[in-house]
Amino acid sequence: MKCIVNLVLNLALWLTWGALPAGTAAAQSPTSIFSPAGTPARSTVQLSMLVLSVTFAIFVTVAGLLVYALVRYRRRPTDDGHEPPQIYGSNQIELSWTVIPVLIVTTLFLATTRVILSTEAVPKPASAMNVTVIGHQFWWEYRYPGLGVVTANELHVPVSSPKTPTPTYLTMSSADVAHSFWVPRLAGKMDVIPNRVNVMWIDPQQAGIYLGQCAQYCGTQHAKMLLRVYADSPSDFAAWAKHQLEPGRTDFSDDPVAAEGQKVFMHNACINCHAVTGTPATGRYGPDLTHFASRDTLASGAIENNPENLRKWINDPNSMKPGSLMPAMHLNDHDLGVVTTYLSRLK
Amino acid sequence: MQAIDETTASQDRRAPVSIIYEWLTTVDHKKIGLMYIAFALFFLLVGGVEALLIRIQLMVPNNHFLSPQVFNRLFTMHGTTMVFFAGMPILFGFGNYLVPLMIGARDMAFPKLNAFSFWISAFGGILLYFSYFGGSGLYAAGTAPDVGWFAYAPLTSKVFSPGHSTDYWSLSLFLSGIGSIGTALNIVTTILCMRCKGMTMTRLPLLPWLYLVTSGLVFVAVGPLSAAQIMLTLDRYLGAHFFDTQAGGSAVLWMHFFWIFGHPEVYILVLPAFAFANEIIPVFSRKAMFGYPAMVAASVAIGFVSLSVWAHHMFTVGMGPAGNTFFVFATMVISVPTGIKIFNWLATIWGGKISFAVPMLFCIGFLFQFLVAGLTGIMLSAAPFNWQLNNSYFVVAHFHYVLVGAILFALFGAFYYWYPKVTGKLMNETLGKWHFWLMVVGFHLTFDFMHIPGILGMPRRIYTYEANRGWQGWNMIVGVGGVIQAVAILCFVYNLISSYRHGEDAGTDPWDAWTLEWATQSPPPSYNFAIEPTVASRRPLWDLKHPEDPDSDYE
Repeated sequence: MKCIVNLVLNLALWLTWGALPAGTAAAQSPTSIFSPAGTPARSTVQLSMLVLSVTFAIFVTVAGLLVYALVRYRRRPTDDGHEPPQIYGSNQIELSWTVIPVLIVTTLFLATTRVILSTEAVPKPASAMNVTVIGHQFWWEYRYPGLGVVTANELHVPVSSPKTPTPTYLTMSSADVAHSFWVPRLAGKMDVIPNRVNVMWIDPQQAGIYLGQCAQYCGTQHAKMLLRVYADSPSDFAAWAKHQLEPGRTDFSDDPVAAEGQKVFMHNACINCHAVTGTPATGRYGPDLTHFASRDTLASGAIENNPENLRKWINDPNSMKPGSLMPAMHLNDHDLGVVTTYLSRLK
Repeated sequence: MQAIDETTASQDRRAPVSIIYEWLTTVDHKKIGLMYIAFALFFLLVGGVEALLIRIQLMVPNNHFLSPQVFNRLFTMHGTTMVFFAGMPILFGFGNYLVPLMIGARDMAFPKLNAFSFWISAFGGILLYFSYFGGSGLYAAGTAPDVGWFAYAPLTSKVFSPGHSTDYWSLSLFLSGIGSIGTALNIVTTILCMRCKGMTMTRLPLLPWLYLVTSGLVFVAVGPLSAAQIMLTLDRYLGAHFFDTQAGGSAVLWMHFFWIFGHPEVYILVLPAFAFANEIIPVFSRKAMFGYPAMVAASVAIGFVSLSVWAHHMFTVGMGPAGNTFFVFATMVISVPTGIKIFNWLATIWGGKISFAVPMLFCIGFLFQFLVAGLTGIMLSAAPFNWQLNNSYFVVAHFHYVLVGAILFALFGAFYYWYPKVTGKLMNETLGKWHFWLMVVGFHLTFDFMHIPGILGMPRRIYTYEANRGWQGWNMIVGVGGVIQAVAILCFVYNLISSYRHGEDAGTDPWDAWTLEWATQSPPPSYNFAIEPTVASRRPLWDLKHPEDPDSDYE
């Protein structure tokens, strides 16, 4: 049965949207909605199969009738010039093409409602993990109220297995304008709106990195407000959380360059926006930098996190991500170098 | 004799000033209709150039052709222009021109209001584009609005959108809204009060019927939009906090206001396209419209149901299962009357003698493409599928299927069909076929392939993307399709102009049609009909041409 549905789906995609073998295209993209890795995304694919099969059947029927009529009833050169017989309507026929669509719509409606309820109206298990997601122009803040961890842009969650389900519940709001949280392989999107708290859940079932991005236009750099979800095995996740909970490194007496960088950082406006636990830096406007060097990317996933990129970023964020709200700090070359070293040591 | 020739010649030379004066002050519904169409065609070209720039930027990943600021302004202006200054005015233009002719009236009910409505809409369009000069102080070029045509709060509040670009956006829509309401009022009154003798509501041709429904929707839908623009301006200048979330306002309130306008707006645009198909398909199939009462009922039903589906644009704002389920239901239900229309068109061509003249070709394109648009609409109405696809390129592909595949195709059909009535000349068939086939190829390359990046996770309104997402090949095809469509439209514009000069004479009724506009000469005189017509059926010219077998016997 499943292979028939798949065949129909492939044909439907092929016919309506050009030469797309759905499988291959999905495999090439890390953000395809047709390669689900979590429950909400998977139940959506199942519903999609049904909807695609039904709409494909309607398409083939109606388009087939249209093509037939256009070919069969075209005016021929041998035409005698008389008007064809006029038909003004038929109650039976019109009733039938009202009732049949009503039945189809009812079926689709019931199937859709079932998926809505199984996603939006299921009780939250006691084993669930909670994360508060705060959208900012143009980055993501993550707080783990149960653990006390605060991080940015790279969301770590435990892998959830059917035997021991540990879904992650995301409680979401925005600090400025509307955003939308969308990691296609894990679940559909949910808007992140100021003055409003939305909740969604994800349960990635294989370890790995799942990509996504903000899906609600939120200003100049909407395009580079990227999302990275790291699904870690339970032991990896515990280790990650333990490391994040440790206070950031504050003693650099063995590393004079980093120590100088720390001084430069603490004496500049950096600390108005950024926090580093255990230091005077307690700003909340920008990402928390306590374990900054443990992240793979900079600028909400836009750039790889390495000293060279970091230096360019601090020097002029707008040249790398135009519209970024971090100002250029106008540090001299020497200060730029030592601050880069300092931040690179914040494992 | 020579003296008379000189007089005529000097009149022609005198013409420019007096002709311009005549057009500026006219209250003739036909001239106003043509001005609407010219104004809208200009903005269609402007919006088209904006679309091309957007597609060029997205053809390859990490492109630096446009900066993010310029890109954001372009998609804002493209959407706003196409909906408010191309789509609505071009459809009002056709309505203005055709409705009085088709109901046998000499003009609209309120000719001066008609002129006012046009000029204030035109002023709205000019104001929107003046933002390029005045957005943040005069001469600060390149400061057009960049908040999206939907302008979601609170991105439009003073904090996030300083300067005046957002004010240009909201005031221009407010002004064009006044014009739309004025025109709608005029069309409703004209249809209800000025039909010729014998034209009961059950004999009203389908085009005026659909304009009646559309105008009703304009009343109900444009009001909330105008109210929202006033509230936004109050927020920005008088410290009100309707949408200013930093002071406790609601972002979701704006979404409700916007979509309670925005969804009926889709039907405001598509019902006139149905209207064109309703007139063209029967004539080129040589058949009376199958199931006229069902067509009218379906249109009225679409009008009513379209008012209860707006929150299907908001499946991802966290309405909860009850709200989501209701809007899934309402949205799916609308496919029933829409389906009835498609089946009735199918039944109309069934058993006919179909001639594939250019107007009919465009209507056939309309039928297939509207069918696909409706089916992707059903997919999007399934809320969980929508959680994935909302704000992705799948949605962009879907609504361009409606706006280009259905509405623009039907409009082109209408141009070729009524051009001989307006100018007395036929449009060139060969160029018309080039236009049609280029448009079909360009359209399908662009919008078929645009669905795919959507299901591969590409959000809309992004100015660039990473190379590893698997999107670039599709975007390249989409860009190429866009260029082909541009060539098709140039072909059309050339045809419009050259056929006016060199076109074949059309006579009063080149298509052997049945409705009243073909009963008067082409182009119609300013008074439309020398003697007000009297009708006895839905196809008065059929009765005239077939006295042995009149329609009135069957209705």
